[in-house]
Amino acid sequence: MLMYATLFASGLICIALALNAWRLIIGPTAPDRIIAVDTMYINSIALIILLGLYQGSVSYYESALLIALLGFVSTAAFCKYLLRGDIIE
Amino acid sequence: MTSLLEVIVSVLLVLGATIMLIGSIGLAKLPDFFTRLHAPTKASTLGVGCILIASMVYFSVELGRLSLKEILITMFLLITAPIAAHMLAKAGLHYKVKLKANTQKQHLSEKAYLHQNPDDQ
Repeated sequence: MLMYATLFASGLICIALALNAWRLIIGPTAPDRIIAVDTMYINSIALIILLGLYQGSVSYYESALLIALLGFVSTAAFCKYLLRGDIIE
Repeated sequence: MTSLLEVIVSVLLVLGATIMLIGSIGLAKLPDFFTRLHAPTKASTLGVGCILIASMVYFSVELGRLSLKEILITMFLLITAPIAAHMLAKAGLHYKVKLKANTQKQHLSEKAYLHQNPDDQ
């Protein structure tokens, strides 16, 4: 049962990632595209945790934590670029 | 492994994935930048929280000792998601994205833009 639940949840998150990619392609303005990338980071964290559950391995947290850190930093850098035209002034 | 553990973990996983799918549908379907900002920032943190709690419960029982590493990711996301949403809203305000025509009190966004950039009168 746990295997089927994990596969079902992975399918739902893959659909969510496809919707985010669609918004990333058609997004009318640049902030829309940044939201899409930010949501894709969060969805990929969930997908990596599900991979760890499926394989029964505990060695995926570090990569999920790394993706969370770099996702926040890249979102902040993109927003800073839109706000000021420069990242490090 | 007991079957009660399987039921709890499966329900948490499916619930979290459904919430994340709802957030992404909101991101894809809503008409306006600020409504699109509101959908995934709430749903994604709750969905990831559910999935991380499921992983925490599963590995705590499976390994026979308390596994609290996922709390780190949950706390990090809970702290940084509002900051990222705030910066995105500020960037959208600066970028002067179009609001939907039936948004109420649209003059407030002009006022907020002038408050943010007092030089462009």
